[in-house]
Parts: sequence; structure tokens; C-alpha cells
Amino acid sequence: MNIERRDFFKILSIGALTAAGSKSVQARDWQYTGRPPKAPALLYDSTLCIGCKACEVGCKKANGLDLDHSDLEKTFGVSNTWDCADDLDTNSWLKIKLYKNGDASVKDRETDGFAFMRSACMHCVEPDCQSVCPTSALLKDPETGIVSWDVDACCGCRYCQVACPFAIPKFEYEKAFPKIEKCFLCEHRLAEGQITGCSEACPTGATLFGEYETILAEAKRRLAVKEGDTYDYPVHTLESGVTKPRPAAKYINHVYGEKDGGGTQYIVLSAVPFSKLGLPKLPEHSSSSKSEALQHGLYQGLIAPIVLFGGLAAAAFRNVRQEEKEERRAQDEA
Amino acid sequence: MKLKPLGGEIWTKPFKVLLLLAVIAGIFIIRRFIFGLGAVTHLNDGYPWGMWIVYDVVTGTAIACGGYAMAILVYIFNRGKYHPLVRSALLASLFGYTLAGVSIVLDVGRYWQLHNVFMPGYYNPHSVMFEVASCIALYIFVMWVEFSPAFAEQMKREKLHNFLNKIMFIFLGLGVLLPTMHQSSLGSLIIVAGEKLSPLFQTMWIPLLFLITAILMGYSMVIVESILSSVGFKRPIESNILARLSRLIPFLLVIFLIIRFADIIIRGEIGLMFSFNLASIMFIIETILFLIPMVILFSEKNRGRSQMLFISAVLMILAGALYRFDVFIVVFNPGHGYHYFPAFQEIMITVGIIAMEIMGYLIFVKRLPVFPEVKHA
Amino acid sequence: MSTVLNYLSKQGHVPENPEIRGVSRRDFLKFCTITAASLGLPLGMADAIAKAVTSKSRPPVIWLHFQECTGCTESLLRATHPTVENLILDLISLDYSETLMAGAGHQAEDALHKSVAENEGKFILVVEGSIPLKDDGIYCKIGGKTALSILNEVAPKAAAIVAIGSCASWGGVQSSYPNPTGAVGVDAIVKDKPVINLPGCPASPYNLLSTVLYYLTLKKLPELDRKGRPKFAYGRLVHENCERRPHFDAGRFANQFGDDGHKQGWCLYKLGCKGPETHANCPVQLYGDVGSNAWPVGTGHPCFGCTEKGVGFEKPLHQQASVFTATPPALFPDINQDKGSGFTAGAALVVGAAAGAAAVSGMKVSKALKETDAEPPADKQQEV
Repeated sequence: MNIERRDFFKILSIGALTAAGSKSVQARDWQYTGRPPKAPALLYDSTLCIGCKACEVGCKKANGLDLDHSDLEKTFGVSNTWDCADDLDTNSWLKIKLYKNGDASVKDRETDGFAFMRSACMHCVEPDCQSVCPTSALLKDPETGIVSWDVDACCGCRYCQVACPFAIPKFEYEKAFPKIEKCFLCEHRLAEGQITGCSEACPTGATLFGEYETILAEAKRRLAVKEGDTYDYPVHTLESGVTKPRPAAKYINHVYGEKDGGGTQYIVLSAVPFSKLGLPKLPEHSSSSKSEALQHGLYQGLIAPIVLFGGLAAAAFRNVRQEEKEERRAQDEA
Repeated sequence: MKLKPLGGEIWTKPFKVLLLLAVIAGIFIIRRFIFGLGAVTHLNDGYPWGMWIVYDVVTGTAIACGGYAMAILVYIFNRGKYHPLVRSALLASLFGYTLAGVSIVLDVGRYWQLHNVFMPGYYNPHSVMFEVASCIALYIFVMWVEFSPAFAEQMKREKLHNFLNKIMFIFLGLGVLLPTMHQSSLGSLIIVAGEKLSPLFQTMWIPLLFLITAILMGYSMVIVESILSSVGFKRPIESNILARLSRLIPFLLVIFLIIRFADIIIRGEIGLMFSFNLASIMFIIETILFLIPMVILFSEKNRGRSQMLFISAVLMILAGALYRFDVFIVVFNPGHGYHYFPAFQEIMITVGIIAMEIMGYLIFVKRLPVFPEVKHA
Repeated sequence: MSTVLNYLSKQGHVPENPEIRGVSRRDFLKFCTITAASLGLPLGMADAIAKAVTSKSRPPVIWLHFQECTGCTESLLRATHPTVENLILDLISLDYSETLMAGAGHQAEDALHKSVAENEGKFILVVEGSIPLKDDGIYCKIGGKTALSILNEVAPKAAAIVAIGSCASWGGVQSSYPNPTGAVGVDAIVKDKPVINLPGCPASPYNLLSTVLYYLTLKKLPELDRKGRPKFAYGRLVHENCERRPHFDAGRFANQFGDDGHKQGWCLYKLGCKGPETHANCPVQLYGDVGSNAWPVGTGHPCFGCTEKGVGFEKPLHQQASVFTATPPALFPDINQDKGSGFTAGAALVVGAAAGAAAVSGMKVSKALKETDAEPPADKQQEV
């Protein structure tokens, strides 16, 4: 055979390439990149939200999603509503949810008040879903920071659902060939220079779209405004030129998502505690950073397993040999 | 010591019942593939892992750690006197793991892409799941190799048998290494769930806790299985070996409880134990279940009594299983109003899979050399 | 309709004469039934209303005008189904009303004093317009007396007080910043008597009619909300019954007057519609008896919030509404909306059966083991 050893391996690797579904042979080895400087981001200001759900409609329109019907109708004793998912699901990537306490008479008050929450993918800086996905189906784009899902990769193990601290990825349990669905920050619209469907639809500027840094600065500006002072709230984007003046609410002095769980690209302002809005209190780093540190520590370069294996195999080798000897001796004696 | 097939009728009445259960499960499995997971399970977006993952995979493989636990004793610490128990323990493990593998295929939504877990271009070495999946897949293969001498012996293929024996040390080494890795990593799986799990259960030490309980459950299962097959096949109980084997259990249990409590106390979360919410109550029940076998088996007299051995081993398995169920389902709280209890068909599939395990075990022990020959006095 | 008619005829409550006070019998019954419905009373109450309406005793009403535009009276006069001005004027004994009475000057003043004195504790006082308090109330005088002194003189002798229009309810347009006359509503002055507020600019005449009929029929005042408004008319937000509500729910908003969305009749929220924070029955009752869409939002203008103190005449016309109700019919899932399937009978059965079987067989084995433990087995000792 006049094929050289080198060429032989080449052929082998081409075979492997084909087997891998013509995808790049390089492992999709990602690293936490932090927030890309020009990352598209969303600011949700719960105090501006009027619960009109225009964003839900805008989202469905932008992404071609079906309408939903759920047990919520039964809960409220109504029927034939237009669209009513009881939470995020594979057809509703964005949901306005309600926090309610006591007689729910005043908006943005913790006791005897109510507040709205816009539930959707937070596009974490250290996405737990990306860390746990065994097939690298969920990946955070290093440039846009958008966490997207690869239909050709996912094996449907749903570890992402276990991992996500915000319960975002949704799985089509009712389908024979299910998919994972969640907000992809209107990647397709951004590519065309448009803004997300939700921020375009929002009439009050509760959902504001922009680059992360300017959006964060806007959030901080709002926190600095005294309660009751009139503030010109921008609508859709900071640069849209449309503003709606209104008195500032009594904000909780914290931008949720600036640091929580390692930070997110979707940040939230509110007047009621974030935990009441279904945003858990998270440490400054993601849970996955912990489990990764553990795994990497234990399995760094596979040194520990290989050493352990060496020891185990050696022990087994010695003991099996000894056993054989004893057996042979026993046979000989017999 | 010579191993011999037990012989006897396979087509017995219990076997027919098991077959019926397996057929029912089979029908539901077909439903699952046609109509999707939602048609047979109560799995939901909050509790994506239910009965199948938590029982069949996480708990089932821990129970099936008998082979692993015995291999540590016999081949690594060279305790040859336990040799009579090895192959039957291995066989039980073999079926436990193989059907755990089957359960995974049932459970993953996009099973036709399951191979992506190992594919260059797709695999994700950062994921605990990657390690668990690789180790379990490899271990299933390793176990079949470890068990293959039984086939060689039965078919009287001396040469093959000798060859297998020569290379066996590699597989014995792997057979200890791989479970050590993935049984601990089954615990690490939940670290990423972070705040969804009560601090009483969520800890960076969870891999070690899972590993110790898996070994404990392995030994306990060897005891239970040995006693059950002795009773079932009317063989003498190997109480002497079992009594010696069971000496290990209380010591491992003490280590487990010390690590578990020390960790909680150091983290300053011990107060939660007395908050008497779900997490606290489950934690207390678990601790009691772990304590009973420990107390029973500390007494040498009890270790000599097969009834006490049996009871404490069963309790030990229950404790370990409860620990796993608590971590993944009972105490696990995804928030957002989700709740979960397995559906009828979901449970029946698990029951059917257990039935398949037992059927396989019965066929193998009757037709292959698994148990040592009984020397009648 | 005919069944109600039959029912009423059988009960003998329908006047023999089909033409009562110029209203056909059919229209009369229709009116009674509609009134019962709009009051939120059971259908059978049409009977009681008919009885009250046809009774001989007419309660005296005194109608005072203060700082106002007489728009409420004007709108009352234009209520047409059935010819309400006839009904209301015959139904009650309107003893004093500057707009409607023929007399003027001292003659009129005398009528007022006479009626107040004669009907002390029996008459219904209707107030239209706000009362200025600044500079001792010199900004509104009738017959040389300030509005405040007239009210203080008449109010204590009234059986009940109805404040019609936004001005009488809380001060209305005169009270908006900087409120040069110090205008206030009736309930800021009269504290010892129930004041029924019927705000609106102008107030819907049917709300007054219904309130009066309610009082005549049941001899008590209707249930009021926190702002003193009858709940049957002001119990719900304009937003809740608005015909444009589906556009709101679907996120279709008019962005400016005359744009595509506006032409297509989309939601006017973005133009500053106050419907979401204003309680009134406008979208249901409409105005002017000319058919559908005859109300502000129906004509394409955002609701102004005239029935809501703190909204109408106070918030800029095109500022977006802020206070929203979070109760149905707005359907929001709770932050932790219940989801997932729980315990089913089948599942419980299997778990129970499995646990039972395991426990029973476990106990059997355990018992068997106890027996073997009891008899020292020969082979066991041999093995050692």
C-alpha cells in the first residue's frame, strides 16, 4: 500500500467529518466571553408596563407563532379568549405575568398592590443552558450574545430546563418530534436592522431595546430620578425620538441582571421586590460556573481519571493473576 | 469454586406475569414514540426529568452498583472470599445499566440525534451530562465484556475464555473507574440547578455523597439479591459472606452522615433542618432511614441474622433511593407554579422496564454459569 | 318582551290606559324593564318600577345651579327613550329649577323658599355645578346670595342629595389647577347627608333617571363606590366594556389622529385614552340616543376621564393612562401560575399496588428468613 500513514489519517478524519453530519470537526469549544460591547439588550421597566400584552402579540407576529389556549381560561371562568398561555411555552416566548397581593388596588406596591412582569429569555452572560447542553445545541453568540438553539444538535435531554434559573427553555412535550423553543431576541429582525418585535410593539416604553451599555446607563438614570419627578421615558429605543413623560415610580435601587447570576442581556427595573416577580435571588456568578469549576478541577486534562485507571488496572491485573495462580495450584493439587 | 447454570424451567408463572408487565410497557412505549412524551408522561417544563430519569437512570444505576461495589472489594482490595457473589452482582448491574440506557433513549425528546453527545463538533466537555453519558455508555460495554466469560464458559470456547481473562484487568480497571466517575457526576448534575434545590440538599459535596450512597446501595443490593435468590431458588443463604460484607455498611454510612452534616453545619444552613417545610421533613426522613441500617448493622449479632441483614439492606436502598428522588423531584422546586407526579403510563413503563430486568436476570442465571455450584452435604 | 308584558298585565300593574303621559304602553314597559336591567335589579323589579312610576305621590325635587354650563340639564332634556323629560317632570314635582321654571326673579326665589319649608325632610336636592369657596364664595351669587350660603340653607332640609355632573361631584373643570375660585363639589361641604355623585361632563341623563327611580322604587339609595358614585353605573372601567378593547388586547394602536390605525378604529390608548382608569358606563349606555358609537371613543377620540376625579380636567389630554386594574376580565397568569399534572387515580393505584406488593413480599421474605435464622442450618456451619 502506498498510502502514507499521514494520508491514511486524513482519510479517516474525513470519514469522521462526514459521519458528524458535515459539521465542523472542531469541537464547539466556547468560553464565557462576558457581555459583547455592542450586544443588543432589552430593558424592562415593570413600573411602565400597563399589561396590554402588545409585546406578546408583537413577539408572535415577529416569530410566526401560533396562538395559545390553556387552563387559564378555566381559572378565570371565561372561554374563547384570543390568546392565553398560562406561562411561557413553545408558542409563547414572551409572557406578561401578574404579581398580585391583597386587594391589588395600587400598581407597583408590594402589599395590597400589583405589578406586571415580562417573562422571557434573559440571554445570560454565563448561560447555564449553554454550559449543560451535552450537544452544544444552545450557544451564546460571541458577538451578539444571543443564546440560540441548533435544531441539528439537540438530543432533547432537557438538561437546559433543569439548569435555567429563570425556567425559560420550553420543550414540545406533546409532539413526536419535539423542539426546544425560547426567545432568540429576534435574531432575524436584528440582522435586517430592525428591533425586536416586543420593543417595537410596546406602547409605553416598558420594553426598551438598545445596546447593552446605553440601556444599562438609562436604567441607572431612572434609578437616580426622585420618586414622583417627571421623567421623559423613551419608547421603543433610546434613539426613537418618541418619549412619554410621566412621574417616576419608587424604584427598588437595583438593576436586575447587571450582576445577578453572572449578569444578563435582558435587565429589569421594578418597584416591587424582584423575587415577587419570579426573578430568583442569584449569586454574582452562575451555578454552571460552580459545577464547571468542579468538573474541570476533577477532570483537568483527564489526568486524575487516567492515574486512577492506571492504579485500578494494575491492582486488578495483579489480583487476577494471583487468583489464576491459586486456581491453577488448586487444580494441580486436585 | 465453580460456577454453574441453575437450570430449571424458564416459562414459570412469575415469568409470565413479568412478561405481561413488559408487554404493557411496550405498548405505552409505542404510544410515546407516536404521540410524544406528553402522551404518556406528566413531564413538564418545570420538571423535565421525572420518573424515568430519576428512577431508571439515577436510582436504578445506583442500585445496580452491586457489580461495581463487589469489583472494588474483590479485584482492587483483593478480598477473594467474596468471589462467589461477583458474577451474580455483575449480572444484576448489567441489566440495571443496560435498561437505564434504554430509558434514556425513551426519555430524550430527539433520540435520533442522541449520538451527537459523542460527536466531534457537537459534544460539550463542559457539561456534566457529557461525562455521565460517556461513562454510562462505556460502562455498559465494559460490563458486557466483564460478563462475557460466562458466555465463553457456557459455549466451551476455551481459547476465547483465556483471551478474555488475559485482557480482563483493563476492563476491571475501567469497571471501577467509570462508575466512580459517573455515580458521583449524577450528583453533580444537579449543582447547576442552584437555587431550585434547598440548601439542605444543594452542596458542592453532592458528588461525593452520591458516590458513597451508590456504593452503599450496591452492597445492600448484593445482600438483598443474594438473599432473594437463595430464598427463591431454594439455595443456602451465604450468610457468612454477607455478614462480613455488611460490616462495611455502617462505617460507610458514618462517613456519609458526617460529610453531609458537617457540610450543612459549616455552610450555616443546619437551622433549615428544623423549619419543617417539605425539604426539612424529607431530610429528616432520609436521615432516619440512613440511621436505622447503621444502628442495626453496627451489632455483630444482627449481622449474623439474615433477617436483620435483609431489613437493613432494604432500608439502605430505600434511603439512597429517597435521597435521589428528593434531590431530583421531591425537594427540587423550579418555581413558577410547576408541579409533577408521574402519570400512570409513565409508571407502567418503569414497571415494565424493571420487569424486563428481572426476566433477563432469571434467564441468564438459569442458562449461564452465574451462581457457584452448591456442594450438598 | 311580550312575556313581561303579559306578566305585568296579569299582576294588574300596567295602567289600563295604554297611553300614559304621552308614552305608549309598550314603550312604557320597555322603559321599566330597561331601567330595571341598568340598575342591576332582577327582571321582576320592572313591576315595582312601573308601580312606583305610576303612583300618585310625586316626590318634590329642587334643582340648584351653581358654577356650571347647564350642560347636564341640556343633556337631560335630550334623553328620548321614552320621552324622558315628560316622565321625569311628571314623575317628580320639580318645584324649583332655574333653567326649566317659567318664573324668574323674586317669584322664583319665593317658590324655592316655599317648597323647602313645605317639604322639609322629604325633597330630593339635585345640585348642578361646583361651589366656590375662595374669597367667601363671591364668585357665584344667585339673588345676592353666595352658592355656599344657598347650599348651606337648603341642604340640611333635603332627604337626599344628588350631585349631577363632574362640577358638583368634585369641582370639575373649575377645580383644575390653579382653581382660581376655590371650587369644590357638594360632598366637600355637606358631610352629614349622603351625597350621590353622578359625575360626567355632561353626566349621562339615564344615570340620574335610574338613580331617582331606584330611590322611588326601593325607598333607599343605591350602593355607592368609594367616590360616592352609584355602582350600577360607575362600577366598571370604560376599558372593560370598550368596543375597541380587542384591539388593545391584540396590540393594535392608533399612533396619531388620522393614521392607518386610527382610520381602522384601533385602540386609542397611545393617544391618551383614559378608559383604563375611568369608571363609567359610557360604552354601554352611549349618548344622545342615536345608536352605536355615539360616545367619545366611538367617534375616534380617546376617553377624557370626565367621570374620574383626578383624571378628567387634571391629567393632560394625551398623556397615557397609568393606573390599571389587574382583575378580570384582563387575563394575566400569576407569576407562579399553577401548572403541571398532579396525582391521578391510575398513578396512585400503581404506586400503591407496587408499594403494597413490595412490602408484602418483603415481609414474606423477612419472615422466611426469621425461620431459617431460628434453625441453625447445618450447611452454614459446614461452610465456616
